[in-house]
Amino acid sequence: MKLLKRSLFSAIFFILITTNVSASNPSEFISDLSLKTSEILSSKITDDEKIVKLKKIGESSVDINGVGLYTLGKYRKTLTENQKAEYKKLFKDYFLKSFSGRLVSYKDAKIIVINEEVKNEKYTIVYSKLLGNSDRPEVKIDWRVYTKNPENPLIRDLVIEGLSLARTQKEEFHSIIENNGGNVQALFDTLSVFANN
Amino acid sequence: MLQLSVVFQTSADEGAKDCFEKINRATFAFNMGLDKAIFKPVSKGYRKLPSPIRTGTSNALNNLSNLITVPNNILQGDFSSALHNTTRFLINSTLGIVGIFDPANSFGLERKEKEDFGQTLGVMGVGEGCYIVLPVLGPSTIRDTVGSMISFSGGDAWYNITVKNDTQYVNESDYYFSKGVSGVDFRAKNLEAFESVERNSVDLYATIRSIYLQDRKRKIKNSKEIIETMDDSDWDSIEK
Repeated sequence: MKLLKRSLFSAIFFILITTNVSASNPSEFISDLSLKTSEILSSKITDDEKIVKLKKIGESSVDINGVGLYTLGKYRKTLTENQKAEYKKLFKDYFLKSFSGRLVSYKDAKIIVINEEVKNEKYTIVYSKLLGNSDRPEVKIDWRVYTKNPENPLIRDLVIEGLSLARTQKEEFHSIIENNGGNVQALFDTLSVFANN
Repeated sequence: MLQLSVVFQTSADEGAKDCFEKINRATFAFNMGLDKAIFKPVSKGYRKLPSPIRTGTSNALNNLSNLITVPNNILQGDFSSALHNTTRFLINSTLGIVGIFDPANSFGLERKEKEDFGQTLGVMGVGEGCYIVLPVLGPSTIRDTVGSMISFSGGDAWYNITVKNDTQYVNESDYYFSKGVSGVDFRAKNLEAFESVERNSVDLYATIRSIYLQDRKRKIKNSKEIIETMDDSDWDSIEK
């Protein structure tokens, strides 16, 4: 009986964390996402197992293609169709590794949604805070949620204490390309090395 | 004059103006080595101190920072914040035992954002100018470095009573000790965040530069308004 209960609990837990976050209200969407992420981070599984689960969450809740295009900036327009396809794959691998890698170091991460601001039909900003603990101060996190398809909201940016992660990534990519004489291939190589390391 | 305007040019939309990138990258590498050898291990040790000691240290340093914040509140014309911070300073320096405790917070006087001379120059319309990395001190801009020089030329009361005019109660070493502990306290609070950025960046130098410049812009704006990092037009371009 105990074993059955445990199996049932594990099955429900697995379904919860692998199912797409499907709440249509942006605040609910972020609350659900935060809760699921927090459960993974505090669970007693290995970091590698956490990373697999976090990647699934990232894949279903972030507009990876949109973020990828944004971070490429002005160089987006210079790509051939083949390069676009290559970049799309490289960026996805890079993003999911970076996303899960950044999160996995936080063992105790509880996020509370404060309110939301509908900017227009495409964007809602959800304001939240990461609760502080004895080692870490409270952190304000604003989520830029893309709501073009209201049934499937997607995250496009995280603004942590006023610092946009998407913008930081855009400037990082821009720096790599510029320091290699405007050669986009240098960025592709860097992303490939990062993803395969 | 032309050179001066280039150095202080506002670069809101054109991204970082990194005029000395090669030197900056070398200084950055030196600072990272220093961090690895000294600041990171010391910060890890600091984190092992009991929480009340760390909180008390952090409170005292924050209290001390009012000596720079208040004059800058006034210079920026923000008199209500100047009054708020002065009252906080007086309460915490006395009832809070040189700022170790924060009773002012219990009286409804919450901690406000720190201000410095670099921010005041920004509020006055001076552009950030070229990005520079200072040895040991880290990221800065020409404008923020000028701001720091103002602090060392009489703008910082704590510097004046410790370094410039050695008094009976405090001396030069107290100033440098407070600055060193302030750096360690900041580093200790951000150990995981730094590690995460370090591990997941493909160009750490560019990441730190972006974070620093965005942070300074946000502090100069001094408001909760949506700043350029969240400007829709930035994102609209990818829909075209």
